Amino acid sequence: MGLVHETDYGTPAAKSEKQVTLTIDGRSVTVPEGTSIMRAALELGTEIPKLCATDMLDSFGSCRVCVVEIEGRGGTPASCTTPVAEGISVRTQSNRLGAIRRGVMELYVSDHPLGWDSNSGLGGSEFDAVLKSVGLTENRYGTAGRNHVAPGNGSLNIDYIARDTSNPYFAYDPAQCIVCSRCVRACEEVQGTFALTVEGRGFESRIAAGPTNFLESECVSCGACVQACPTDALREKSVLEKGMPTSSVVTTCAYCGVGCSFKAEMQGEELVRMVPWKDGKANRGHSCVKGRFAYGYSNHKDRILNPMVREKIGDPWREVSWDEAFAHIAKEFRRIQYQYGKGAIGGITSSRCTNEETYLVQKLIRQGFGNNNVDTCARVCHSPTGYGLGQTYGTSAGTQDFDSVEQTDVVMIIGANPTDGHPVFASRLKKRLRQGAKLIVLDPRRTDIVRSPHIEAQHHLPLKPGTNVAVLTSLAHVIVTEGLFDEAFIRERCDWSEFEDWASFVAEEQNSPEVVGALAGIDPDEIRGAARLYARGGNGAIYYGLGVTEHSQGSTTVMAIANLAMATGNIGRPGVGVNPLRGQNNVQGACDMGSFPHELPGYRHISGDAVRDIYESLWGTKLDNEPGLRIPNMLDAAVEGTFKGIYIQGEDILQSDPDTKHVSAGLAAMECVVVHDLFLNETANYAHVFLPGSTFLEKDGTFTNAERRINRVRKVMAPKNGLADWEVTQKLAQEMGLDWNYGHPSAIMDEIAKTTPSFQLVSYDYLDKMGSVQWPCNEKSPAGTPIMHIDGFVRGKGKFIRTEYVATDEKTGPRFPLLLTTGRILSQYNVGAQTRRTENVVWHDEDRLEIHPHDAENRGLRDGDWVRLASRAGETTLRALITERVAPGVVYTTFHHPNTQANVITTDFSDWATNCPEYKVTAVQVTPSNGPSDWQVDYQYQARQSRRIARPLEAAE
Amino acid sequence: MRMQQASTQIAARTAAIIAEHQGLEGPLLPILHGIQDEFGYVPQDALPVIADALNISNAEVHGVVTFYHDYRREPAGRHVVKLCRAEACQSMGGDALAAKLEALLGIGFHETSADGAVTLEPAYCLGLCACAPSAMVDGEVIGRLDAERIEEIAREVRA
Repeated sequence: MGLVHETDYGTPAAKSEKQVTLTIDGRSVTVPEGTSIMRAALELGTEIPKLCATDMLDSFGSCRVCVVEIEGRGGTPASCTTPVAEGISVRTQSNRLGAIRRGVMELYVSDHPLGWDSNSGLGGSEFDAVLKSVGLTENRYGTAGRNHVAPGNGSLNIDYIARDTSNPYFAYDPAQCIVCSRCVRACEEVQGTFALTVEGRGFESRIAAGPTNFLESECVSCGACVQACPTDALREKSVLEKGMPTSSVVTTCAYCGVGCSFKAEMQGEELVRMVPWKDGKANRGHSCVKGRFAYGYSNHKDRILNPMVREKIGDPWREVSWDEAFAHIAKEFRRIQYQYGKGAIGGITSSRCTNEETYLVQKLIRQGFGNNNVDTCARVCHSPTGYGLGQTYGTSAGTQDFDSVEQTDVVMIIGANPTDGHPVFASRLKKRLRQGAKLIVLDPRRTDIVRSPHIEAQHHLPLKPGTNVAVLTSLAHVIVTEGLFDEAFIRERCDWSEFEDWASFVAEEQNSPEVVGALAGIDPDEIRGAARLYARGGNGAIYYGLGVTEHSQGSTTVMAIANLAMATGNIGRPGVGVNPLRGQNNVQGACDMGSFPHELPGYRHISGDAVRDIYESLWGTKLDNEPGLRIPNMLDAAVEGTFKGIYIQGEDILQSDPDTKHVSAGLAAMECVVVHDLFLNETANYAHVFLPGSTFLEKDGTFTNAERRINRVRKVMAPKNGLADWEVTQKLAQEMGLDWNYGHPSAIMDEIAKTTPSFQLVSYDYLDKMGSVQWPCNEKSPAGTPIMHIDGFVRGKGKFIRTEYVATDEKTGPRFPLLLTTGRILSQYNVGAQTRRTENVVWHDEDRLEIHPHDAENRGLRDGDWVRLASRAGETTLRALITERVAPGVVYTTFHHPNTQANVITTDFSDWATNCPEYKVTAVQVTPSNGPSDWQVDYQYQARQSRRIARPLEAAE
Repeated sequence: MRMQQASTQIAARTAAIIAEHQGLEGPLLPILHGIQDEFGYVPQDALPVIADALNISNAEVHGVVTFYHDYRREPAGRHVVKLCRAEACQSMGGDALAAKLEALLGIGFHETSADGAVTLEPAYCLGLCACAPSAMVDGEVIGRLDAERIEEIAREVRA
């Protein structure tokens, strides 16, 4: 197993249709017009030495190493900035070129310390490779001048700057830098943050993260600069410590729903670094701080590696063998079913696990438990997406691939914060915005995407939390009453009479911007402007997040979005569409795999006899034709005493689900709670059996991202806990008497493909061949489906549905005058179980309450003060952060840290169709406080108690 | 004695200068000139205000400020003497004059005297090669320098 090699063509591919033929070193080559000579040469296999050029960035032409000669033209142009032309003849090698390149490199070397130790991770850079290739043998200028090299050997070197090691993951050593500005350009062109610059001029030029060090700068630590650096100036600290990797495997990131492809670079079984893979179609060679750097949790000391059992949740844990754990669970589950009935147990699949693992868990429940009590954490995030898009378009998924954004003219972002939640997609989006695409943002907060360097939304509608449906219907009102809809599209693709019915509804006065604007706290002209821009601005694409779904009218909002796209004809081609930004790495996959109580894999209702037949004959069991319990129903039933046992794979419902006290009461009422996770998470405080989980690095499988892209997850090391998660579920099933004999996850995928039409052609061999595919992938579309609904909606005609605004029952009043909305931050992920166990805590080590200066002043709060945050459901304390990002009347916090317990505050209101909880709206009061709430104190004590692990007693002497 | 400006005051005055120039094409350099005219230097606290107003990053503003030697990072002395150190002036005895001026003022190039009276800076050609060696004192150019004129300049700026 060697390193996965990626060719750097030096400049990006040209997109022209027109082909140009030229001769390079006597060989003919034909490339698209606009291609650089450098790239054309590499198409022939001729690598021209280069330093400042890389194919992730536009050509720059500063290093002067890549010079060539062109017959009939004077001078020696740089091959990176010179485009090909018909019939020209190029020479890449000659005595003159060799002398120029050696001369340039000699000057670089005179200002660059040589003789690094390649074992310490240095000396393996592109710079070193170019030195070798040009054959530099001497340095007539010496290195003792006024230059970058560290002082010593009789020189003062007044320009020397010490290394910047402030960032936890990479170091910047100015002495190694050649100021090619690849890092600066990567930060601008690829990441779009503009955190780096060239400081000073001439000989004093240095790369700098503005006037401060890296950590205190605007840098978001995405690592694009480290990846771009051709020297050892910017280097991963892990490489500096361990040396260069010796092998690599392509796999998929296990953080958010973007689903970035990475090369996991290894030394033996030790991970040295993660490098984004340029052929990854979701991320195109880019990454964020989490995917590239925050993998340290996989060998954190908190990770549990042995199964554990206890009789009561007050007891300390007792480590047991796998066999004992499985036997215990099987015995308990069978006892509970015997005692309380077949429906008294259930399970929860995880959006963090692979498709194969999720499939097995739901299979275990349907086949082994004999009921449909299976649900997934998508219940609390994107279940309304499934319902809303299913009703209107006929399929429960986003309509586009991420590449589509490159052809978008107007982007509408609703209730999503892509720069924090989906950073790699945000970078691709920002690139398009800098090219001139227009932006509309609907969000109560002024998020970074509303305005940050070089991008600015044309319209920001800072709507009051809970008024999504009213505002979206109001946009439709403008589109209909001003005649901005696409009649031809609607007549062809939808039912005209349904449209007319919907149009007459949205045209009502109550939906006008003037009425809705007053209700939602926004300027009616902004609503009108946004509607006109979206309808008539060219290709319009909607991207939305949990700010849409996690409401009492989440499903209605999704339908309102679908209506807007249909009414304006923005469906079924590149650059348009309706795109949910999925939260977790495999939310899409978990939903696809039949994790919901009413659906078998592929979104087929459990009541369908034909579908049940497929599985009944394959699994040799009768399946229940009634949908089972959803997570909130399971907890309700537990409190009532009819639900007694649960298998929870990779989800921390206690921290992530709403109304924590209700969740804990439900869990406490059960007799056998089995938690299968990497860490003793908050839910495990109420568990009787703990099964250690494996990380994405330790198993094979697939994740399906927000584009419906099925990406391979490849095992790079043996599971530290001994068993991959799919093996754990299989052994549990075997213990419960099921005849399962999967030898490898590929066999599970084969079963999925055999039984699910949209996965028909998917297999590991096929994925290896294609890289990745977007479902549906079947005989009709063997290469997968990047864009859906091209010639017609999946359900036939697109369906317009009336979206009546019903205000949530969660209302502000004198006791709770503020609206709390929740979200996340770039450096942390979900409940933080992983990212809190990495160096990412330097950016965010506690949850803070964002509050507007007016609201803070009314309450006598200063920045950083402890505050009590109380709702009808409960109260907690945290520290305040005073900012104008939130509007007056709105407060905001993240839920990454268990001590904060933000979900003690959130209520049990939920979406009418899917029970998705209303996290985004809670009426609260904020008051000064001087310490943790009683609940926090009690909880801390209980958590400490329940995490005790009994160690075997030392044998007496 | 010069007091460090309170950062809120700097922000307010910076905002007024930005408003004056924001409509221009490429407003950053005129804004920085305006700020230097107002404060005598470009205060660090002004950078984020400019970045926010122009919707560019702090790093970008920093890059531009540091590129131009004429933008000062800290307040200059009451008088600024720029002595030409370029080739023509060197050939007419500029080096000796530079050494003499440093000695008379008791400071080196790029330094400000402890009493805040004078800042000494090199210039690389003032366009007065025909009258070399030359200097610029508080914005006024002076040609045909000799030891006597240098002493006179030193006396004036120390006064």
